Amino acid sequence: MPEIQLPASLQDVEAVRSVRTPARLDYTFTPGDATSRFLAGITQKKIIGQQANPDSRVYVPARGADPELGAATPIEVEVAQVGTVTSFCVVNLQFYGSGMEIPYTSALILLDGADLSIMHLIQEIPADQVRIGMRVEAVWRDDADIEPTLESIKWFRPTGEPDDVNVRIPGEIRGTGLGSWVGGVAPTELTVRNPRTGEGGTAEFGGEG
Amino acid sequence: MRDIAVISFAQTPARRSVPELNEVEMLMPAVHGALEQVDMTIDDIGFTCSGSTDYLAGTAFSFVSTLDSVGPWPPIQESHVEMDGAWALYEAWVKLQLGEIDTALVYAYAKSSPGDLPMVLTRQLDPITVGPLWADSVSLAALQARSLLDSGKATEADMAEVVARSRKDALGNPNAQLAWDRSAEDILAEEYHIAPLRKSDCAPITDGAAAIVLAAGDVARSKVKRPAWIRGIDHRVEPIHLGLRDLTISASTSIAAGKAGVADGKVDIAELHAPFSHQELILKEAIGLGDDTTINPSGGALAANAMMTAGLIRIGEVATRISNGEADRGVAHATSGPCLQQNLVTVLEGEN
Repeated sequence: MPEIQLPASLQDVEAVRSVRTPARLDYTFTPGDATSRFLAGITQKKIIGQQANPDSRVYVPARGADPELGAATPIEVEVAQVGTVTSFCVVNLQFYGSGMEIPYTSALILLDGADLSIMHLIQEIPADQVRIGMRVEAVWRDDADIEPTLESIKWFRPTGEPDDVNVRIPGEIRGTGLGSWVGGVAPTELTVRNPRTGEGGTAEFGGEG
Repeated sequence: MRDIAVISFAQTPARRSVPELNEVEMLMPAVHGALEQVDMTIDDIGFTCSGSTDYLAGTAFSFVSTLDSVGPWPPIQESHVEMDGAWALYEAWVKLQLGEIDTALVYAYAKSSPGDLPMVLTRQLDPITVGPLWADSVSLAALQARSLLDSGKATEADMAEVVARSRKDALGNPNAQLAWDRSAEDILAEEYHIAPLRKSDCAPITDGAAAIVLAAGDVARSKVKRPAWIRGIDHRVEPIHLGLRDLTISASTSIAAGKAGVADGKVDIAELHAPFSHQELILKEAIGLGDDTTINPSGGALAANAMMTAGLIRIGEVATRISNGEADRGVAHATSGPCLQQNLVTVLEGEN
């Protein structure tokens, strides 16, 4: 580093070692078409999935495009308010903005009739008893407090039904977790069936045939 | 060098705000349109590259969810640049040069309406010395315009002429957001917005999306009658510190134009990405365009300026005019950053 010669007026001034430059930007968020339709269902205490065509996946909540087909999802399908835990985590840390008492459980829940898990809370059961395969049902706020937000469902609670230990997220043929990765190998055309062309994913390579 | 051509281009109509759609919903018609025009699907595409920035809509990882528009399953070869889609096109062009693939899809989009765009754009400035001042994009452009006027290289009347011509040409562009027929004198009678810029000197704030399909050699010829061949493409960047630059010229554009071979032939049309009127004057000089070149027949960025997208649209507008026979050779320019900091120049040509 070359030596820096400061002007005399700055020579006895303490060097700046760090600066804080706070930034804040405000946005007016609009949810768009698919999410608006989903949230309109919530205000009726209905969980509405969407699909691109009658044979394609049912997404809950839909984000506007079917990622398998690259197509809009105009068809609405009401799904069950009962589903199966496909994965979960126990939160043991309090963090800003969370009003939850720790420990609590966040889970991915595959609702009956849906092809995508939603993330929500599991309550009315000790955190250490939550498990993959557990059957759970939605618990809604009081009718007067229903709003167009997924928080209108307070949480999910166990139904008491037997576990579905074979639960699979559709498309993830080898089970949950890291999707279709096996032994550190990414999914490829050989192991994953192409939903548009029907090609690939042959049993020879461990695919779904 | 491998011959690579633009074979398809689609864009959504530019609007000030598209509140009823999220980003992927706004983008889909452009992506689907570009593919359908050449009877292709994502399964015919070797590489997909996009340009966008999450800062505009304030939606984290929006560039991941917008990938759903193409159907990225089974996993596709894909990349994203936090830049205008013109740079995504450059990345796709490089990938095509490697010879492993013959086709590429490039798309770009922006929803600027949820935020305060001039404030959002302060976040691209040097974060230590300039960013904390929240120097907004219009004020910085005004500083540049003032430098240009003070240098004697241009007058406010010259700027007004750019505005009048651009917005009049935009009347013929069905995707334009701002189009009208007013005289330069009328524009000069406007009050200053941020002096020396008048509102009319500034691009509108736009929500919109665009997509392009690239193809190599015989694949391009098999898909369209007259592919718009990319004869040269180059991009250059200038220092982030505005004080280190001469804002009255665009040194990076000049170098890029030289490397892209603009001067190797006649330039019938040029689409210049100039969000402020005075910047067109700087760019015309930097690229070395003569008065025989038709500049911004679409109306340019003054007619519609979807962030991260308007540069890609410039390439699409030139390619379309070459493919339909209106022009034989053209130049497309894209810019990014404050006061024309980064510039990309593409030379496109049709075969007879």
